[in-house]
Amino acid sequence: MTHLAEEDMVMHYYQEAGDPARADAHLAECEECRRRFEDLSKTLQALTAVEVPERDEAYGARVWARLQPRLEADRERRPWWRTLAAAMTWPRLAIGGAAAVLLVAAFVAGRSSVQPPARTETVSAEAPSDDARERVLLAAVGSHLDRSRVVLTEIAHRNGGGAADISGEQATAADLVADNRLYRQAAVRNGDRAVAAVLEDLERMLVEIASSPSPASHDDLARWREQIQTKGLLFKVTVMGSRVRERQQDAVPPRGAAKTST
Amino acid sequence: MEASDLAVVARVKAGDHDAFRHLVERHSRSVFRLAYRLTGHEQDAEDVVQEAFLRAFREIRRFEARSSFATWLYRITVNCSHDLLRQRPRAGTRPSLDDPDLRVAAELADASAAADPMRELTSRRIDERVRAAMAGLSGQERSAFVMRHYEGLSIEEIGGVLNLKASAAKHSIFRAVQKLRRSLEPLGELKP
Repeated sequence: MTHLAEEDMVMHYYQEAGDPARADAHLAECEECRRRFEDLSKTLQALTAVEVPERDEAYGARVWARLQPRLEADRERRPWWRTLAAAMTWPRLAIGGAAAVLLVAAFVAGRSSVQPPARTETVSAEAPSDDARERVLLAAVGSHLDRSRVVLTEIAHRNGGGAADISGEQATAADLVADNRLYRQAAVRNGDRAVAAVLEDLERMLVEIASSPSPASHDDLARWREQIQTKGLLFKVTVMGSRVRERQQDAVPPRGAAKTST
Repeated sequence: MEASDLAVVARVKAGDHDAFRHLVERHSRSVFRLAYRLTGHEQDAEDVVQEAFLRAFREIRRFEARSSFATWLYRITVNCSHDLLRQRPRAGTRPSLDDPDLRVAAELADASAAADPMRELTSRRIDERVRAAMAGLSGQERSAFVMRHYEGLSIEEIGGVLNLKASAAKHSIFRAVQKLRRSLEPLGELKP
């Protein structure tokens, strides 16, 4: 007669045995196994007697009352681009967020930074996970800030005496205005005044550059240089871009890392 | 009719953060119960409840409904409990009844106030021995055992919470039972 193994008895006690009928039949005819199973059952039943302090029906409300201020404080520290991620549907992000589909491909390939993408109207048929969406969004914001920094740098370093052809910078600035508005609105919604203020200054500058005649006059160039310097706009956009890139690198899951989502 | 967990999660993800309240009110008691079983201390369990819901709120955008919200929340609770147990100093910082005289005096005082003093005393002894035996389990063994024995989760659900295959979840429960039996074998005779 083959006796029940200890592991089989434990699983039988918890009604997780692969063949409960066989275990029952064996216990009915084998006194030794029956005695071992009764010992096991006694110990496990004694464990069940240990009680948990009672929590009444109103406990959940008390937990919430303690938790809510912490959630509020946590929400205030939330990065502004998360508001954008939460508010935008995937197709809108794909179109308005600077070629997100191409960026997804870049992330899937494991790159932690991406080149400024060309605008595309391609829309993904399937919504990505929230993680992927945040990574795409960070890449789009990072790319936007990089391209803005290039435009500001070009304008700030035009030191020639006369008018200058800025048609390239104008085209880029015009391309950046719509996305900048979305990002600024996200920052405002999130209550991130400092970021919103920088994006507002940037937007004004981009609109002015994009809508000026080309070649730009010496006076226009001098005025823009002064605005960029006075407001520290180039510096602020560079710092914001660095922060987004850092966050972007944090958001890329390491190879082989276990996923925490479910 | 109450909205399902998934419907509430969708509202929270869409920016209705106050909807999170429904999830807190619905799951607080089970989270507390699990946390208490895992930590063995009431105040630690309260801390775990707060931390687990805070972590769930922060990470809710990662929840993709491949399991139920309750299973996901259990996983967070288990992780928070393990984190707390790792951080908790071994001894000396908690009020302790390690002094044998104090301990007996306290037990007698409490037991004499109860309706059935012997039963109360026995029950208290069992609680202490079980707590000590549970402390001898690894985090994974303790979690698997608590979820099966006290919470009645299936092997599959336990595997989901602990990221284990069913066979590994079963083995964790078995190892836990083996260790507990070694520590508590005469306990069956003490059943109150």
